[in-house]
Amino acid sequence: MSERRGLSREQIAKRVAAELEDGWLVNLGLGIPTLAVNYIPEGRDILFHSENGIIGMGPRPADEDVDTDLMSAGKGPITLIEGAALVHHADSFVVARGGRLDAAILGAYQVADSGDFANWRLPDRHVGGIGGAMDIAVGAQRVFITMSQTDKDGTPKLVEDLTYPLTTKACVTKVFTEMAVIAVTDQGFVLEEVAPGFTPDDIVARTAASLIVPDDVGTIAA
Amino acid sequence: MRYRSGGHRGMQQDMKQKKFDSIDTALDRLKDGDTVLVGGFGLSGIPEKLINGVCERGLRDLTVVNNSSGAGRFGVARLLEKGCVAKVIVSFPWGRESDVFKELYKAGKVDLEIVPQGILAERMRAAGAGLGGILSPSGVGTQIAEGKPIHMVGNQEYIVETALPGDVALIKAHKVDPRGNLIYRLASQNMNPVMAMAAKHTIVEVDAEVALGDLAPAEIITPGVFVDRYVVTGRYKPEAWEGAWHE
Repeated sequence: MSERRGLSREQIAKRVAAELEDGWLVNLGLGIPTLAVNYIPEGRDILFHSENGIIGMGPRPADEDVDTDLMSAGKGPITLIEGAALVHHADSFVVARGGRLDAAILGAYQVADSGDFANWRLPDRHVGGIGGAMDIAVGAQRVFITMSQTDKDGTPKLVEDLTYPLTTKACVTKVFTEMAVIAVTDQGFVLEEVAPGFTPDDIVARTAASLIVPDDVGTIAA
Repeated sequence: MRYRSGGHRGMQQDMKQKKFDSIDTALDRLKDGDTVLVGGFGLSGIPEKLINGVCERGLRDLTVVNNSSGAGRFGVARLLEKGCVAKVIVSFPWGRESDVFKELYKAGKVDLEIVPQGILAERMRAAGAGLGGILSPSGVGTQIAEGKPIHMVGNQEYIVETALPGDVALIKAHKVDPRGNLIYRLASQNMNPVMAMAAKHTIVEVDAEVALGDLAPAEIITPGVFVDRYVVTGRYKPEAWEGAWHE
């Protein structure tokens, strides 16, 4: 059953992109989150924020139009949409910490059922890279996490308590993996959707915290 | 369009001379042990000529503030490699390309203070604004909070983060006028404007100089009161950029 491999990175990006509503301002982290910009449903006016002072980031330009003064946080060439605004770093983080981001899409090593998440440092290493994650996660109205359901060795990344160093407490709204969409609620993790080929039991078996399974779990439109 | 108010044309002769022709002379007030705020993010807004000038002057024991600990062998990474740096204060020390820093850090040859990126900028803005520090929600309950006072506002916990002033700022801008007023090119502002405000002595490398009155007053991002010296370098391709280049 080839479907059991779960969603591709692009399919996860497409699913999280479907979550973004008309008129939102959204910050995208590195990796899968950056891909989401390619899958915005037609007709939705969504503004993208980049931590280096860009409000109104557009898609990658043609190679001949790349400009080193127009790059995303991950050093990827970008364009500006019409009506974009450029600010310095302190003001860029006023946007983030000040609550102006309707959503942030970030990667993670682990998410706890309290909404705590970890994404900046491995436990066995003294240093890591925080970048803008702590400011963005603490300020955004919603934090969407894209990550794999388990580590390479099969250890679940959705847990009761983090074993990786904390990035931000109680901020995660939903988690999007190759197998499922899982909401973080006051009652803990709630399974919302499974990927084609997976059952709710598959997700329960790959989650190291209690997972509420409602009667009406949907299937991710891949 | 030129912007002038009548009756002040004679001022140009009395203005403090901020323009320097030589990078080396422009840097002559830097001392060993200084805290140096260095602008730039990714490939953009990095004062590469000033950084190279600091390396050539052979300064030592600098504390360098930047977003990252450098990539490849350029920018802050070059300062590290040349042995100029005792400590870095950054948000992103451990990138894929930060080999120079990793090696020095593992060997115990450089100290690190890691700060969330937005708080790094805000601590410098606080310094520029004459504040002693800020109350930060970023990093509450994390390793970042260790050893720092916590202050409650209502039910919300905040970390007391102290202001981060610089002895010197090395920044990059697009255009300057003789008063030192600055504008920046596209998304190259990054931390440059807050660094200009946070340092006692700000040195700018700039693509081009324009005549007094040629910058629209409402479009100036960094007023010249925050600028002590500038050197016109012309616009050049960032050393680390391997892609196409357009003037």
